[in-house]
Amino acid sequence: MSVTFLVESTAPPRPKPGRSRRARARTSLLAHGEPLVWLNGGALALALAMIVGMLSLIFGQGISTFWPQPLYAIHTLDGEVRLGELTRAEVFQLSADELESLRQRPALHARLVAAGGSTRRTQMRTADGFVWIDDRTVTKVEKPEWGLVVERREGGRCYGVPATLLPADDSTKPSSSEPGAVWRTFTAWRRGTTDIAYRGLVLKTPDDNTLEVPLANVVRAYPANQLNLAGQLGVYASRWWEFLSTAPRDANTEGGVFPAIVGTVVMTFFMSLAVVPLGVLAALYLREYAKPGLLVSLVRIAVNNLAGVPSIVFGVFGLGFFCYAMGASLDQLFFADRLPSQPTFGKGGLLWSALTLALLTLPVVIVATEEALAAVPGSMREGSYACGASKWQTIRRIVLPRALPGVMTGLILALARGAGEVAPLMLVGVTNLAFELPIDGTWPLVHLDRKFMHLGFHIYGLGYQSPNSEATRSLVYTTTFLLIALVGVLNLSAVWLRSRLRKRYALSKF
Amino acid sequence: MTFPMNSTSVLSAEPEPQAPRPADGDTAASPDSAAETRNLPRLGTLRTSGGRLEAIARGETVTTEDHAGVALDETVLEIEHFRLWYGSKQALFDVTLKIPRGKVTSLIGPSGCGKSTLLRSVNRMNDLIDTVRIDGTMRLNGDSIYHKGVDVIELRKRMGMVFQKPNPFPMSIYENVVYPLRIDGVRDRATLDDVMENSLRGAALWDEVRDRLHESALSLSGGQQQRLCIARAIAAEPEVLLLDEPCSALDPIATSKVEDLISELRGSYSVLIVTHNMQQAARVSDYTAFMYLGRVIEYGLTPTVFTNPHCKETEDYVTGRFG
Repeated sequence: MSVTFLVESTAPPRPKPGRSRRARARTSLLAHGEPLVWLNGGALALALAMIVGMLSLIFGQGISTFWPQPLYAIHTLDGEVRLGELTRAEVFQLSADELESLRQRPALHARLVAAGGSTRRTQMRTADGFVWIDDRTVTKVEKPEWGLVVERREGGRCYGVPATLLPADDSTKPSSSEPGAVWRTFTAWRRGTTDIAYRGLVLKTPDDNTLEVPLANVVRAYPANQLNLAGQLGVYASRWWEFLSTAPRDANTEGGVFPAIVGTVVMTFFMSLAVVPLGVLAALYLREYAKPGLLVSLVRIAVNNLAGVPSIVFGVFGLGFFCYAMGASLDQLFFADRLPSQPTFGKGGLLWSALTLALLTLPVVIVATEEALAAVPGSMREGSYACGASKWQTIRRIVLPRALPGVMTGLILALARGAGEVAPLMLVGVTNLAFELPIDGTWPLVHLDRKFMHLGFHIYGLGYQSPNSEATRSLVYTTTFLLIALVGVLNLSAVWLRSRLRKRYALSKF
Repeated sequence: MTFPMNSTSVLSAEPEPQAPRPADGDTAASPDSAAETRNLPRLGTLRTSGGRLEAIARGETVTTEDHAGVALDETVLEIEHFRLWYGSKQALFDVTLKIPRGKVTSLIGPSGCGKSTLLRSVNRMNDLIDTVRIDGTMRLNGDSIYHKGVDVIELRKRMGMVFQKPNPFPMSIYENVVYPLRIDGVRDRATLDDVMENSLRGAALWDEVRDRLHESALSLSGGQQQRLCIARAIAAEPEVLLLDEPCSALDPIATSKVEDLISELRGSYSVLIVTHNMQQAARVSDYTAFMYLGRVIEYGLTPTVFTNPHCKETEDYVTGRFG
């Protein structure tokens, strides 16, 4: 800007008519080009910053969820002691009235006034749920040496100091009550290096009560404040493994997302299976067979517009057409004995979800394939025709192999869109908790009629439908991270396949 | 792009037999010369004098100066009164040629004179262009090419064609050569191997690629690719081989190899070659047809056309005075 004004002020008084264009070029902002470079670059930088910010938030939160945190026992003014993990803290502003009410405690009042009335509260995960502890009420903080985190199959996490290990046989004497010894006996029992059978672990809670946890109910236990780095890594890895390989429990607040991973992958696979042949054939007709004209242009515009239709509309269509029309007819033809109480295909399911998403991603595949077909050089076709090949032979042997990388591009775009789509799935087959996987050992191995879990919907469920939203808060990030990673892996494999095809059908150069 | 399988659309469009009138601007541009040439004897009877270019500009019919030697050979391809239009623009005017069997015939002429169009008409590649209309007849070994009942696919199988730019298919060298057989559904390995080796030997490529037959054809050099295309074209034992400027995208060494190959093909194949390069035509061909503005001006034995042309225009062109 300043440069422009400078040039303006020092410009020669009046350029000759013949040179006026040059003079304008020197003074016009647009003619310089440099500000536009900054504008474009800035837009790119802003976009990148937003993407990197989002990804790093999800990545950071997602990978740190499972890291074992230290255990704290916090004593408060009301005489209570709470044992648990600190989850987060937030600073908040006291109102004038609240500040006034603290006048009885001059030291605290003075400190708060000095801080401008802002104070802090900390969230703690205890056996009884999540509690907020006002920092002003804290009298003492300690890290109990043998504080144990016990993850239970039911009832979430509980905390306490190990007191005794109850033998299965009541005649046997309980183990010693020294926490370290109890823990060592417990680990020995876990490893199977002890002969005595135990049935329960007794924990001493900070308020001097005891809590008996049946050993069958224990998923994982570790003395949080005793762990060294290797121990922490062990807990971390074991939690990840549990997350990836087991089904959710405790109303989806604990456990893993294995069914959701399987559901997402299987659904995406069937979607690709449906969308690629359909899209390629449609594109072939549009590009190779149809006579270019008004009708073809209209169809092309319609296909492109299909890509802009909100996805929930596809969901409604899928529900109405696939589930209620096609599915109901299928049921009447083949599964009439289970009607009307147990529809087989007349409800949402894997097949209808895959087909609905195939419809949703069809325009992407058609457009990409059409462009790939158009990019096949005419010389190839001519060469084939000159050999006496028919149209279909030319397409099958020459055009399609050359267009395959382009088709793969379409598939990649379809995968990226389809794998993460949730809204239509909510209508046509996804469920919060599926007890059966869509693929298992029972005949016919692939169950297209079953409802399934999906990572995208799981995120929604964790975030908005969970009875304990604080407990699932971090899982939302982890599941999101997992979904992004899964879509990334699907895409990368398609990109790898495409690059292999490209290498095979590389353009000739000489 | 449509692809008329039968020739109905081509033939039913009955074009105006009369050549289009010259644009007004043309006559206005040179009234003097037009008046001057009007006094000359009828064109075509001239042995060495010019005037054809002006005659063409006036829209008069110019007959081909056929040399006596042409009629002596057995004919493989007969083109009679062939005319072709791209939309409303006429590209070929009353072309009549007899292509001799077992010989190399070259079509020369400046850019845009219709050489390639004529060549592509022989195996009906022009059918791929919607706006093309034709009139006249062509016969391959006595069978009409443009008759209504002709199956274009079968027709093209009787000819081989090689294009300006090497266009090997994105598959192995082996598969490239046997492509014409593959589309005929030949699966017998021994037959395929046999044809592949013979074609590659015929195209003088065998020794260079014999140990990498299953590598991609795109890994070959430009000259090798073009010879591969020739191998592909001769794999189906074509009755006539059409070469459309086969060396224009090649370097001099690759060009000389392809030229040697064309000389070797003489006798076993009837070759019709379009070339921009007059030296090439002189080197490789037995007969030469000189085309100009969609007409065949002169057609005769190559040495005669180049050293003792009957028409002044031909002489001007082969000596580099225009074109």
